Amino acid sequence: MTRIVVEQKVLKENDRIAAALRARFRDAGVFCLNLISSPGAGKTTLLERTLEGFPAGERVAVLTGDIQTENDARRLACFGFPVRQITTGGTCHLEARMVERALADWRLEDLELLFIENVGNLVCPSSYDLGEALKVVLLSVPEGDDKPLKYPAIFHKAELLVLNKLDLLPYTPFDLERARAHARRIHPGMEILEVSCTTGAGLNTWRQWLKERREAARREAALTR
Amino acid sequence: MHELSLAQTLLETVEAEARRRPGAHVVTVGVRVGELSGVDPEALSFSFEALVADTALAPLALAIERCPRRHRCPRCDFTFAATDSDFACPRCGSTPTRCVGGDELELTFLEVEEP
Repeated sequence: MTRIVVEQKVLKENDRIAAALRARFRDAGVFCLNLISSPGAGKTTLLERTLEGFPAGERVAVLTGDIQTENDARRLACFGFPVRQITTGGTCHLEARMVERALADWRLEDLELLFIENVGNLVCPSSYDLGEALKVVLLSVPEGDDKPLKYPAIFHKAELLVLNKLDLLPYTPFDLERARAHARRIHPGMEILEVSCTTGAGLNTWRQWLKERREAARREAALTR
Repeated sequence: MHELSLAQTLLETVEAEARRRPGAHVVTVGVRVGELSGVDPEALSFSFEALVADTALAPLALAIERCPRRHRCPRCDFTFAATDSDFACPRCGSTPTRCVGGDELELTFLEVEEP
């Protein structure tokens, strides 16, 4: 019996494509975010609120992933920015090659900001790098404040936690302080924003966060070029 | 449930390796699965068994090494396996400590019977 040492990542091929995408985003000056949450936490609604706040001509686009239907792309297309649906046909997450294929005929040079809305799922998307600058995880109040402890992988990997549906706090036992503590136990120093896409509370802070991160990414890209 | 597609990826890698060694039979595949990888080792085993059964590679065992989340203490440089409840350094008591591992999802070795 011979033991052959291999030592390679199982998702080597995905990581290779993701690295190529990341290089393309960097060269084109595109700041790319990968939005991850369970189904119904409000990814599409957060994007609607975000897109409606942008002036016409803003260089922003969205790729939105779902197992079935083009509903999300339809909801997002009415703001006049490029939107493309990725229908996975059963796969519970997006993979780098799906993003690569969806972007094939887009000129990245025309964009500055790209949102990738992942398939609703707190588990599987955490394993797949899509070439994004950073991952954002959404958690909504009705889901419960224990989710960071139950799904540590995504809370560990995401740079920002957006707590959504804050308007529902009075109707649930969700404890904001406990949710923050759970998230930071998994991810010390995690950035956390609190919003309600229904009332609009906190959305200005989210827009400000986006603006600052875009500018930081732009400065960084200018330095490495 | 992305373990099925991960098992498929693993199997393709093993098949490629097997083609490079004609006559050899791969007996065991070793993988390392970290606590923060988002992968359920049992679901991975189950998917792998189901997929292997229909291939020329059967029987093929999957040996999973589970890796805990690991932290490093910025004060005394000690690296330790961290549990969910306490990320403080077990040597000097410092907190916070920095997460330095636990998201592994790696193919580590193949055990092969050569002719």
